[in-house]
Amino acid sequence: MKYLILMHVDPTVLENLTEEQQQAIGDGHTQFMATTKENGEFIATQALGDPSRSKVVRSNGDQPEVTDGPFVEAKEFMGGFYLLDVEDEARAIELATLIPDARIPGLALEIRPVVFSDLGDG
Amino acid sequence: MTVPGLDGEGPWRVLAPRTLATLLRTYGRDQFEVCEDAVQDALLEAHVHWTKAPPDDPQGWLTVTARRRYVDRVRSDRRRRDREGRVALLEAPLSHEGVQSDDALLLLQLCCHPALARSAQVALTLRAVAGLSTAQIANAYQLPEATIAQRITRAKRRLAEVGSGFTRPGDVAERLAPVLDVLYVMFTEAHHTTSGAPAHDTDLAGEAIHLARLLREAAPDSTEVAGLLALTLLTEARHPARVGAQGQLVPLDEQDRSRWDRSAVDEGLALLDAVVPGADPGPYLLQACIAGVHAHAPDTDATDWDEIHALYTVLEHTTDGRNPTITLNRIVAASMVRGLEAALCDLDDLEAHHPRLARVDAVRAHLLERAGRTDEAATSYRRAIAATVNVAEQRHLRDRLRALGQGRGHQGDGS
Repeated sequence: MKYLILMHVDPTVLENLTEEQQQAIGDGHTQFMATTKENGEFIATQALGDPSRSKVVRSNGDQPEVTDGPFVEAKEFMGGFYLLDVEDEARAIELATLIPDARIPGLALEIRPVVFSDLGDG
Repeated sequence: MTVPGLDGEGPWRVLAPRTLATLLRTYGRDQFEVCEDAVQDALLEAHVHWTKAPPDDPQGWLTVTARRRYVDRVRSDRRRRDREGRVALLEAPLSHEGVQSDDALLLLQLCCHPALARSAQVALTLRAVAGLSTAQIANAYQLPEATIAQRITRAKRRLAEVGSGFTRPGDVAERLAPVLDVLYVMFTEAHHTTSGAPAHDTDLAGEAIHLARLLREAAPDSTEVAGLLALTLLTEARHPARVGAQGQLVPLDEQDRSRWDRSAVDEGLALLDAVVPGADPGPYLLQACIAGVHAHAPDTDATDWDEIHALYTVLEHTTDGRNPTITLNRIVAASMVRGLEAALCDLDDLEAHHPRLARVDAVRAHLLERAGRTDEAATSYRRAIAATVNVAEQRHLRDRLRALGQGRGHQGDGS
């Protein structure tokens, strides 16, 4: 069963992290990837650029129209994700709590089941 | 899917597990990973050599080659060379009589070791017993090959850690339960991929049936094995009628039963006829009997719902009411026997005990629709769509929701 763990990021929280905290987050993610790869649960992860670099394509009622993003005035944005294949939802939640972001107030992790996927050639 | 059907598979499916079993019997405990790697090496060599010069005795060729590769691997392992290499080289080769029909059962039991997670048990079974390549398994589960490779490597290492021996179990029936469960997971995954687009994956279903047949050969006296084989055959037989022209799911009551695979139906029913009289009814045999009642009926109206309701009630007792999905199915049968309102009450009762049970809303939506309570049905359909993680099922539920709305001039569509 595939789950996507979305990392919700708040830029002001990130700016105020100490050097040690940033190091701990980096190490924690390295450790998390090593663990899930070892278990055969890891599929992919991607980190995303700043939302100020987003472009939005949406219908203007007639044609597709391209504008600068983000979609909404949100304090939090998606900073990246982990795609995992685990036994069940409980395991996905258990793994999400191991991600270092889970220990930083102001950051959050969202867990959603995957209903369709095509991973190309992997 | 690129995996050819069972008939076009060549000899690998049969030869590889037997070779692995022979090596495990020769080299024994804790050698699963090395033995499996040696068999894979030998298969690669066979692919290269057999096109030029096919051997007279493929099994013998493969076994000898795999044993050589095993010795190579043990030799190249500095830590083990002295201790295990000598033993391996001194060991007298086994005669082919050592390869017995219950090898499949032993391999299955090893792969379904309780120390492994279910997903690892399934992956290892597909690789070691069914002889599928890592790429084929990855393809079937829509996962990257690397993920499956890690899973299998980890599973083999775990088996070595727990020191599982390749020994004959004392009580076959007792150790059979997890094996049957793994095969059933494999089969239902094929019919109901939890996280993929296709509602059916022929290869996984075919594998599960293939392994159930092997298991039946190895344990001919087990009525539960016969039950699982019959259940998978009778369910698989419906496949041609189960998916519509646009890939949408067609529920049982709307299926064109003339499109069911008659030979699979006949084989499943014949199995039941042979096994059921006097049998102690286990969960798989009971489920096969239910599928058998459906297979006998020309359509939904002519189905013996009393019998199906009775079978589900027995099944519920047999499993001590621990499986809410069985209760859910019993309620569906009850709606045909005892009426919609009683079934809806049972459904509320079930949901009170299992608040997050999948499919409850889908069943409720169908019952409410049949009862003519359209608005409530629409609400239930929407909740069911949100709860399902299968794209084909979502589409089916959306179609039903749309059909509800159209019947009432789009009034019910609040999306």
